[in-house]
Amino acid sequence: MYSQTVMDHFKNPRNVGEIHDADGVGEVGNPVCGDMMNIYIKVKDNRIDDIKFKTFGCGSAIAVSSMITEMAKGKTLEEAMKITNKDVAEALDGLPKNKLHCSNLGADALHAAIKNYLDRKAGKVVDLEKAREEHVKAPGGEGCYCPYCQKEVAEEAPFCLFCGTEIPHEHDH
Amino acid sequence: MGVIYLDHLSGTPLHPKVKEAMIHHINTVYGNPVSDHRMGQAASQALEKAREQVAALINAGDPTEIVFESGGTESVNHAIKGVAIGLREKGRHIITTNIEHKSVLNSLRTLRLLDYQVTSLDVDAHGLVDPAAVEKAITPDTILISIMLANNEIGTLEPIADIAKIAKKNKVLLHTDAVDAVGVIPVDVKSLGVDLLSLAANQFYGPPGVGALYIKKGTPVWPLLDGGMQENKKRAGTENLIGIVGLGMAAELAKQEMAERAPRLQALRDRLQEGLVARIPDIVINGHPTLRLPHLLSVSFKYIEGESLMLMLDDEGICVSTRSACASGSLRASHVLISTGLDFATAQGTLLFSLGRDNTEADVDKVIQVLPGIVQTLRDMSPLYKKEQAG
Repeated sequence: MYSQTVMDHFKNPRNVGEIHDADGVGEVGNPVCGDMMNIYIKVKDNRIDDIKFKTFGCGSAIAVSSMITEMAKGKTLEEAMKITNKDVAEALDGLPKNKLHCSNLGADALHAAIKNYLDRKAGKVVDLEKAREEHVKAPGGEGCYCPYCQKEVAEEAPFCLFCGTEIPHEHDH
Repeated sequence: MGVIYLDHLSGTPLHPKVKEAMIHHINTVYGNPVSDHRMGQAASQALEKAREQVAALINAGDPTEIVFESGGTESVNHAIKGVAIGLREKGRHIITTNIEHKSVLNSLRTLRLLDYQVTSLDVDAHGLVDPAAVEKAITPDTILISIMLANNEIGTLEPIADIAKIAKKNKVLLHTDAVDAVGVIPVDVKSLGVDLLSLAANQFYGPPGVGALYIKKGTPVWPLLDGGMQENKKRAGTENLIGIVGLGMAAELAKQEMAERAPRLQALRDRLQEGLVARIPDIVINGHPTLRLPHLLSVSFKYIEGESLMLMLDDEGICVSTRSACASGSLRASHVLISTGLDFATAQGTLLFSLGRDNTEADVDKVIQVLPGIVQTLRDMSPLYKKEQAG
């Protein structure tokens, strides 16, 4: 079900860990959704000098985290901001269709880390611990969403009314 | 690499004698049981022999109470929708629980669209349903109670005999989804007192794609498949006779070997559970401590996600199931684990081990040996773990 590239990054993830004196930290997702990603960056001369990740999630979430750190390392902040989730999925030789939404959060996490760095630089005080706490405990939303087109669908719907795709087993939360 | 298969709830390998019986049948019988010539009669005899073998396994009074189906899912659909149609003039209310298999939940979803009402009961932290709550839910409109004998995710054994007494007293039919119990533990339809019971061959070393529905004599069940006269007019369509022969032989073997199989599997399961509890901190054993299927172990590993665990075990040649939202196409945390009160994040880190007759102590010991390292690798990668350790 996963490409060889995904399995390689899953089994041998690059840049795992955290940077204690990080210049920027980004966190997206939450365990209720199934995946949660933290990205830590060190910035030097407007470039991403070092980057590490910590992720709670499935095989594709870990592979995505590993891949985004490889893609972002050494890039200027402007270049890094241009990396999309789609780019990451393509670099991994594709992800299963139903994982494109839930675990493909790498670019979002990277952009959050860059934004956090820019906020700090601008003198904004961001209480990360507090923000993270609230995020983890968020209920994950009450509605049910199509994993393919992200539109809200009825509870227990066997297929999405909007894009017509069958929703496998259950719906996304 | 040798494969250690610990996913028998997803499907068992064929028992060698089942394989033998099926091959013999393929080589010798190809008639249709409805034909009156000699080859048709040979087929008919094979069909009726299998019916007797299945009836004997669950102690049905009469083999005609066994209807062959295409598996557990069809059997459950037939029981629930068949009673709903059969008793549509009597009432439109059905009682079930929050932890049933998808075949029950989704059969009832369809019936809701047709204006049937469904009451779905809560379970306790061990996954047990309270018979008193069942009785309380019965209304004059209630036609059917459908509650599983053994849960397919946590293995908890429900008090079906007690619920049967309540059903009988209130003149309500009782169906039990016994797919994960039949062939594994002794199941006796008479001592349970059920009207309908679903079973599937691939839970006890028979082939996939074949199962049966026990329908107690006189129970008004409408056919799900309309057509010819097969299965005493209860299930039309030419029978999957090769599969049915396999089911029959698997049933006979299960009856013969159960007294040896079940305690051996339970000892292996307990060894696995004790080994994991001793070596891995922050885990939760799901299901009832004693009222549980002997071959099943559901474990939640905190701070990490089940699909990653499953993939890493697969890399070691160990096949297990996970109940995380991310796995197997399902994108939602297990409704069973959430119903027992597990929080979403912990439910995500759940593995389901189900043992079978080919497993050995060495298989179990391999899991106990490799899993702690895998869990630690994933925890070291998890932002949730760091927080817990710090806080």
